[in-house]
Amino acid sequence: MFSRRVFLSQSAAFGATALASNFAAPFAHAARASGLVSLSGKNFDLSVARARVGVDGKASGAVLVNGHFPAPLLRWREGDEVTLKVANHLDEDTSIHWHGILLPAGMDGVPGVSFPGIRPHETFQYRFPIRQAGTYWYHSHSGLQEQIGHYGPIIIDPKGADPVKYDREHVIMLGDWVYGEPEALFRKLKKSSEAFNYKKRTLGDFFADADDDFGAAFAERAMWGEMRMAPTDIADVTGAVYAYLVNGHGPGDNWTGLFNPGERVRLRIINASAMTIFNLRIPGLAMTVVQADGLNIEPVETDEIQIGVAETYDVIIRPADAAYTLFAETIDRSGFARATLSPRAGMAADVPALRERPVLTMRDMAMSHGEHGGAHGSAPEVMDHQSMDHGTMDHGSMDHGAMGHGSTTPTASNGAVLQTHNHPTGVGVDMVADVPANRLGDRGIGLENVDHRVLTYAQLKSLEENPDKRAPGREIELHLTGNMARYMWSFDGVKFSDVREPILFHHGERLRLTLVNDTMMNHPIHLHGMFFDVVTGDHAHKPRKHTIIVKPGDKVSLDVTADAPGEWAFHCHLLYHMAAGMMQTVCVHAMPGNEHGDHDMGGHETHETPKPASDHDHQKPKDDHDGHGSHRGRS
Amino acid sequence: MTRAALISVMFAAAPFAAAAQEVIDPEATAAVRAHLQHHHGGATVSYVEGERFEYQTNDGDPVFLWDAQGYYGGDINKVWVKTEGEYDFAADAFEEAEVQALFSRAVGSFWDLQAGVRHDFAPFEDRTYGVIGVQGLAPYLFEIDAAAFVSGHGDITARIEAEYEFLLTQRLVLQPRAELNFSFQDIAALETGAGLSTAEAGVRLRYEIRREFAPYVGVSWGRSVGDTADFVRAAGDDPSAVSFVAGLRFWF
Repeated sequence: MFSRRVFLSQSAAFGATALASNFAAPFAHAARASGLVSLSGKNFDLSVARARVGVDGKASGAVLVNGHFPAPLLRWREGDEVTLKVANHLDEDTSIHWHGILLPAGMDGVPGVSFPGIRPHETFQYRFPIRQAGTYWYHSHSGLQEQIGHYGPIIIDPKGADPVKYDREHVIMLGDWVYGEPEALFRKLKKSSEAFNYKKRTLGDFFADADDDFGAAFAERAMWGEMRMAPTDIADVTGAVYAYLVNGHGPGDNWTGLFNPGERVRLRIINASAMTIFNLRIPGLAMTVVQADGLNIEPVETDEIQIGVAETYDVIIRPADAAYTLFAETIDRSGFARATLSPRAGMAADVPALRERPVLTMRDMAMSHGEHGGAHGSAPEVMDHQSMDHGTMDHGSMDHGAMGHGSTTPTASNGAVLQTHNHPTGVGVDMVADVPANRLGDRGIGLENVDHRVLTYAQLKSLEENPDKRAPGREIELHLTGNMARYMWSFDGVKFSDVREPILFHHGERLRLTLVNDTMMNHPIHLHGMFFDVVTGDHAHKPRKHTIIVKPGDKVSLDVTADAPGEWAFHCHLLYHMAAGMMQTVCVHAMPGNEHGDHDMGGHETHETPKPASDHDHQKPKDDHDGHGSHRGRS
Repeated sequence: MTRAALISVMFAAAPFAAAAQEVIDPEATAAVRAHLQHHHGGATVSYVEGERFEYQTNDGDPVFLWDAQGYYGGDINKVWVKTEGEYDFAADAFEEAEVQALFSRAVGSFWDLQAGVRHDFAPFEDRTYGVIGVQGLAPYLFEIDAAAFVSGHGDITARIEAEYEFLLTQRLVLQPRAELNFSFQDIAALETGAGLSTAEAGVRLRYEIRREFAPYVGVSWGRSVGDTADFVRAAGDDPSAVSFVAGLRFWF
């Protein structure tokens, strides 16, 4: 694997910068990540340039950092201040976003939000203190560079003792690779969103299902047809065009990590894909998950993890004297990334077969059972709920218990509470969720019936007590919306290109961000600048994350402490969903007369929807006639 | 302070004021903001589709038929061009040839409203029409293209096309297609009678070598109806014809 498959097209450009300027001894960690070029210290020189990369024997264009694919592993230490000079040798702008890192807004690396970007042949210097430890990553936030190699891992060693004990570690950086221009791939999705799906249901599938129960099979097809949706639309970009990678290696290249039998091996798993959610397992080995998105969790043992784009999990494995296959199957089962973990080089284990691709269900549609039992079902009447003016309600005397569950709550005929939708539902929205459910306890799509343990978000518990245990002062509800056929994606029906105002967080407040997925797809949603506490029901040990998969038909709540002033990107981490408009910004804003962000932002003086409102903070949009009205600021 | 007042204070005073303090080079950052937003939802796309490029046996009087369309624009507004026609090999002449230039606006999740002009070069003297129509995906996944045409002479005609797709395998697709043409009055110059004038039904079996490149074979049946059929008979032709077809479907 060291006959590296990177062919530099501008090798002269590197010479001086290819090595870290600071070659101070590594942080005396007995276990070093292997297989990746590693830089450590406080000062880093990074150089972004075009190159060609070979994956499984086939070369194509890439944008690389220091000529390495993936980009060099950056090893930092909690408490240090790091300086990173990034030289742009491209003929286009570039940037580096430090994913999951808590830092001043100007250092976040999103062009047009935190800084102007790095112009061609210019150098930008990042400098920020390291306030956390764990596994993170970095990537370009410019154009579609992230798809073609502009990403790398970050490991931050804790200042004190690491509560995770291990003898050896390996970074497992998952990726998807396109041979060719990512812009062409995006354009193709805009023209024909199903162009890459070769796992649709056929007439033969219908006859097979009809053989069991013709009426049910026909009704189910009719229901999907009526909605003009496909239940096999699991991934937009598939193995038909992608190669799937571990540390830049295709399945044929077979990246191999070594261990000594009996060692506790820590795998730092990062999903650096542009578009691919993976189901990851190591047949024959249990995985003890010790960290999620860089923060330690109470160890939980599992057999399979569905890892969303941009999420990270650290797991401990205890391999015996044998070779194992690390198998990361794509969520739509159209391909896989694979690596080998073995005690000696040259070994390999069996590679499992791909399992059958999943078919979405009514739960994914967020439909009430019984409402759409057949082809002739129709959405139940939704009562007008917009007349409730939260802004003028007397919160002091309001009966929270009655709110949202009283006689004005719209319900389906079977009694299920119906979701209200006060966002524009024009051209860019092809469906809304009638009865979304909190799916934090659900296994990932397609793993419902596998006969081993599968990690769920509900199993994650922060190892440390949550730093801010205040109840949220208000709730902001955001809907994940889209139109699959037109390949339009948005929040609350408004693409980022049409957004006029950021989402407002008040500096210092604790608030609840509730996400409702109105689409049939999984969306890994990422908030820059702040961790959110996933509201799993555990009050003091909620898992804190920077990215979370919001499943189809899902409704999840995230509690956020708005402690990072400035404007931050907030987006779906599926690269082409973001490019199609599924992005917004959050502005953490000092309240007038409260510029210092005092931590006393209760709900009462600000006339906000009080917690725990199960109803919503929506205002009537000013202009929603075509789904492209100006986006409202939320106060 | 009410919520609305609060918002207006925040934005009227200084949008992104708090953020500005945190941003590197706020002016330059603001300058690339429009670029950033445009590249997250504002994409324009150009698309060309050869829906039917085919040889038709046409009961022994073979013709070449084309039916293509393309657009350029964003998610909501597009310029849309459609063309279709037939070339008669024996007569060495175009039996039909029309081009439409339309403005298309997305008006619903699955529907575009289209308006513009159509010009016919054959079979009769050049004619120009005003066009208004809808194109989109109906429930149960029927692809629909329906339009009304008003000629310079005030004649009104209409056309509706519908297609459906059955996947036999991931690449073998059976596509039934139907087309009906109506006239709201007798148009002697076009040898067309009032009411349903022509009907066409066909089924094509294509193999998608790639999604965007698919050769096909099929059968197509067409006939003239009512007074229009009488015009055809008067000219000594058969108002009904069956064709075996072979052609290519492509898009890029």
